[in-house]
Formats: sequence, C-alpha cells, structure tokens
Amino acid sequence: MTTKSGLLALGLTAALIAGCAAPAAPSAPAAPAAPAEQAPAGGVTELTIWWAEWDPANYLQELANDYQKEKGIKVNVVQEPWGTYYNKVTAEWAAKGTGYDMVVGDSQWLGQAATQGHYLDLTDFMKEKGLDKTVTPATLLYYGTYNGKYWAFPTEGDALGWAYRKDLFEDPAEKEAFKAKYGYDLDVPKDLLQLRDIAEFFTRPEKNLYGIAVYTQKDYDAITMGAQNFIFNFGADWKNDKFEVEGVLNTENAAKALELYRELYTKFMPPGLSNAFFQEMNDAFISGQVAMITNYFAFFPALVNPQTNPNYHDKVGFFSTPPGPGGAQYASLGGQGISVNAYISPERQQAAKDFIEWFASKPVQEKWAALGGYTCNIEVLNSDTFKQATPYNPAFAETMNFVKDFWNIPEFGDLLVVSQRELSKYIVEGQGTAKEALDNIAREHTEILKKAGYLK
Amino acid sequence: MQLTRTQPAHVHSRRSLTDVQIQVLFIAPTIILLVLWNIFPLFYSLYLSFTEFSVIKPDVPPAWVGLQNYNKLLSDPRIWQYFTLTGRYVVTTVALQAIVGFGLALFLRERFKGSGLITTLILIPIMMSPVVIGLFWKLIYNPAFGIFNYLIGYSVPNSGPDWLGEASRALWAIIIVDVWMWSPFVMLLCLSGLKAIPDYLYEAAAIDRASPWFQFWRITLPQVAPLLLIAILFRTIEAFKTFDLVMGLTGGGPGDATELIAVHLYRAAFTRFTTGESSALAYIILVIVIAVSNLYVRSLNRIRGENH
Repeated sequence: MTTKSGLLALGLTAALIAGCAAPAAPSAPAAPAAPAEQAPAGGVTELTIWWAEWDPANYLQELANDYQKEKGIKVNVVQEPWGTYYNKVTAEWAAKGTGYDMVVGDSQWLGQAATQGHYLDLTDFMKEKGLDKTVTPATLLYYGTYNGKYWAFPTEGDALGWAYRKDLFEDPAEKEAFKAKYGYDLDVPKDLLQLRDIAEFFTRPEKNLYGIAVYTQKDYDAITMGAQNFIFNFGADWKNDKFEVEGVLNTENAAKALELYRELYTKFMPPGLSNAFFQEMNDAFISGQVAMITNYFAFFPALVNPQTNPNYHDKVGFFSTPPGPGGAQYASLGGQGISVNAYISPERQQAAKDFIEWFASKPVQEKWAALGGYTCNIEVLNSDTFKQATPYNPAFAETMNFVKDFWNIPEFGDLLVVSQRELSKYIVEGQGTAKEALDNIAREHTEILKKAGYLK
Repeated sequence: MQLTRTQPAHVHSRRSLTDVQIQVLFIAPTIILLVLWNIFPLFYSLYLSFTEFSVIKPDVPPAWVGLQNYNKLLSDPRIWQYFTLTGRYVVTTVALQAIVGFGLALFLRERFKGSGLITTLILIPIMMSPVVIGLFWKLIYNPAFGIFNYLIGYSVPNSGPDWLGEASRALWAIIIVDVWMWSPFVMLLCLSGLKAIPDYLYEAAAIDRASPWFQFWRITLPQVAPLLLIAILFRTIEAFKTFDLVMGLTGGGPGDATELIAVHLYRAAFTRFTTGESSALAYIILVIVIAVSNLYVRSLNRIRGENH
C-alpha cells in the first residue's frame, strides 16, 4: 500500500469512528428551553436527573415541568429499572461521565460516592441556604451525610412498613376466635411476637390464605433489609461505634430474631415466594393471599389504588414496624437523596444547585407530598394535611422517627454480598443455624473491615 | 485542451488503487474496531487480573500484585464449590439437550401432516428473551397456582414441592428450563444433518438386512455426529455462561444453591466492584472454556477424518 492510500484508509476509518461516537450528553444542550421570564444562569437550558424507574420519579418529572415553566430550564428525569440502576450509575462513575447532572442515589451509596469523588460536596451550599434545617435530622443523616459533610439533599424518604387486611382484622368472628386462642385482642401488632401470632392465626393453606409475606430475594439487598428489621428490634446491630461486629451482631438475641424470620417464611408465608421483593409482596396482597405484608412505603400507593388493587383497595390498613420483645424499635431505611455530579462544569453544578434549592422550598415540598412523593420536610411531615392525605402517611410519618440503615461505607457492596448469601442460606435454604449464619457474617464482615482499615 | 489533459489523470489516480489496497481499505475499519472493542479490552483485562483495582475508584491506579488474585481465587473453597456446581449444571443440561434435541430431530425427520407447524412451535423458546422465560417459569413453578406441580401429579395446590425455594431442587428447576429452551437448537442442527443423509445408504443397508439399530449406529449417528458435536460445543460454552435464567428464577439462591460461576463473577464485578479479582476469575473461566472446547474440536476433527 502506498503511503497516500494508507493515510486515506486511516482517515476513512477515523471518520467512521468519529461518526459513531456519541457526544457527551449534557455539556451541549440539545434543545432550547421553553420561554423563560429570566435568562438561565450560566447559559444552562437543560438538566438531566437519573433515578430508578418507579412512581416517585414520575412525580419528580411533574415538578420538573413546573420548574421549566418558572425558570425556563428543562429538567429531564431519566428512569432506569431498579435491577440495573446501580450498575448504570457506577458505570458512569467509572467513566467520570457527565451523562447526568443530578442523581437520586441510594443512602448506601453515600460513602462510596463521597470518598471516591463522584458527588459534589454540598455542605457549604446546604448550610448557606438553610436547606439542612428544613428536613428531619434522621433523613439528613441517612440520606445526605457522610463523614460529617452533606453530599445529598434528602429527596424521597422511605422505610419498610406494613400493610394489613382490615376486613380480616376487624371481622368480629375473627376477633373472637383470636382472643380465644391467644388471650389478647386482635389488632395491629404491638410487637414482633404479636406479629408472629397474627401471622400464625391467619395461615389457612386450605383456603389459600397465609398470615404474612416478607422479603426473601437474594439479589441486591432485599433479604438483608427485611431481616435487619428483626435484628435491630431484637436489640442487635451490624456494628458498634468502633466498627466492631463480633459480639455485636452475632448475639443470642439476633439469633432469636433470625429464627423468628425463618419461622415466618417457612410456616406462615405463601409458597413460591422464595425469591421475593417489593413486586411479589404487593402481588400477594392484591391477590388476597396474605393478611399482612412488609414493603417500602413507596410501593404502598398501588395497594390503595382501585385500578391496581380492585378487591382490597378500600380494606387496607398500614402500620409501622413493631418493636421487638425488649422494646427496641427501628425500621430499615429506604429512600434516596439527590446529589450533584462532581464531573460536570461549574455552570452546570450551579444550575443543579439552583434546582435543588427550588425543590427544597416548602411550596414545592408540599406539592411533592401531594403528588405522592415522601417528603423529608419537617413542616410538611408534621402537618395534618400530610397525615390525612393518604391512609399510609401517618405510619410513614411515625416510621421516619426511628429509621436505621445498613452500612453506607464504600465497602457496603462487599458487606452486602456476605449478608445476602448467609441470610438466604439460613432463612430460605434452611442450612445451618441462625447463630452459625450470624457467626459467618460477623467473621467475614470483620475481615472486610480489617482489610479496609476500619479495624486493626 | 485543458479538459482532455485532466480527465485521464483523474482516471489514472483512481486506477492506482490495487485490489489488495481496496481490500485493505474495506477491512481496516473492521480491524480497528475489533482491536478497540475486543483485542485491547482482552489484553487490558488480562493486565488488570494481575493488579488490585476497582473500576469505580478511577483515581486509584491499578497496583501490581502479580499472581495474588489467582492464588486467592484458586485457594478459595467457595469458588471451587461454584465451579463444581457449574460443572454439574453444564454436564447435565448439555447431555439432556443432546438427547432431547436429537430425539426430536429423529421424530421430525420424516415429513408428516403438521410436521412443519410442530417444528415451528418447538422452536419458539429459542426466540424468547431469557428474562421473560425466567418470569414465565417462575409462575409455572409456583406451588400455589403454577401448572408444573399439577403436571407431575400434585393435583392439590400447595401440596407439591417449592421448586425454586428448596436447595435440592432449585438447580434442577433451572436445568429443566434450560433444556426446554435450548433443546430445539440442538434439534435444528441435527435435523439439517439428518436430512442431508443420502437415502441410498439406508437402501443399501436394507438390502443387506441391517437392523434398525445397526442402521442408526452405523449410518445415522456417524453422519449427524459432526453437527451434533457443534451443537454440543455451542451449548457447553453457553451453559458455562448461564446468568440471565438464574437471575430471573432464583437470583443465585436459596443460599448459594444456584450460584453458578457466571453469577458469582457478576457479583464480584458489579456488586463488589473488585475489578482486578473479577478479571482474574474471568480468565480462569476463559481457560476452562477453551480447554473444554478444545476437547470437542479434537473429537470433531477426528470424526471428520473418519468420515473422509
């Protein structure tokens, strides 16, 4: 080949590759925004938010449409299915990508995103604008704070709660039979042992009715989130303040908690739910198969919707996770905070902060709550309007006072794989004892924490 | 004239590209894309397998650790447990698919009324997404309302086993789905082999009063063997990589009863983000797949040699 024709081939190939390459998405806004009353700051006319695919993301898009009308900046809420959401975001982190300006990320991601530089430090901004004072301390701590700094503004408060069949619980015949059998009134359970009794009482396989449904899915974090409610409320924890796990997690009480969880799964739960998460919980309830289910509050709107729950939408009640036998009461934290991408330009970072400031304002938070989003705003949460808006809001407002999270340090993925495997092995597979499962988790968690430098 | 002077020059410059140069011109983009998207990542991941590195820590460069990742993986009993499980899965699914697929091909070799329709219906599972199949079979296996238990004799709901929830059955549940899904692929290849066998071979055997078993053993099987082996080779490689079906049906559970090596690799790479270690694991799997494939290819070559 002559040099000339060789160069030509190379040139053609380069042109082909260049033609195939996608432009960096948000750095060059594609479409002009709608007419604005004022010129957008820094010339930014379009912002992109990434979130998981669920109803709250649709509500956020509705608010974003208001923002466009008010400020002239178009905000796109891009949704990704839950199963692949974390992978999509972490792939963007790995590439230091600018595919999004803001991301509504899980509370567990905070440590990883903060220490690895993927999130913008929002401490000064949130303090200066007073945004840190607008939300409840628990939500600010779990959804926004890592190492004393703020990395996210609490956006969607969420936690595990419970739904129950009011038609069963309030049936006089059922009440009488329950009292005769257990010696106390059938009502919303006052503690986890009552929860067990009620689950047992309503388990009637011959009628295809079961007492309870709890999370069992092994993929990602479902079974850990479900079981940790019981571990916390039986007086154990994943760690103490010194990051020690041995003797904190693998206690007799924690073993009793897991034994109870396994008993609920094996004896009082509909068969076929060995790999169940939020969808399976709602399906079991809507089909009339169970008397009680646990689920994140964010999935409860489907239960009161006549379209999605035609038979029981007006017969459903809600309650917070009951305390354990010793009185400890916690609920697994769900929900997310909104963070700013550290890799976008300063102009876009400012535009993102402007959006967050607008989103945090009380009128917008009121609308957020009215649409169905779970606000973390103190005033809105405490208002009667919020508590009366839906049947599940009172339980949600109560739960947000005692939420508790899994690890949120950068090593949470390593820690989660271990807890998912061991909990599934004991609870679903029935291998070994509860104590052995906890011992295995404690040993492996300790190794991971030692390797990461939290423990000597 | 000016025009008559420039025209031949232009023609000359176009003709200066030889056939080889034109070939290079067309092949070069493919080669460059192949290098960028396949060859470079292949070697880069090989390099990463000798390092401690996490892809989501872009500011922390890969730190060379030599064979440490390989040592760690190969001395981890849990990894061997996952490999053993995967081996059992591969051998069982591929063997069953070969038997079922070949049997179906024998059945459909003769044209009869409705054979075209039956062939098409049998091929449907191949065309469906594994994720959809996972969800579909999850319902079929449900002990309360799924049809599977009913078909195997448990007519009362909830009286049969929970196929996906019991450790001893969960792997078999996935094997059954995989066999249902991929036996038609084996059937398709075998069918094309069967239809290519010339009739005169059977006619000659019939004249010699050869038994049907003798005809099958000495004519049918040897003639179809190359295609059957190709099908087995493809299915073995695919079975080693089984991921989507497991995630759709059991998520690797209960416990780690269905944690095949590809599922474990996914967790290492995309939940724990141990990129260096997961690259090493990927190379261990690659070496095993190449070794197994090599055995098949040698067998295939031997059969071809015998046939010629």
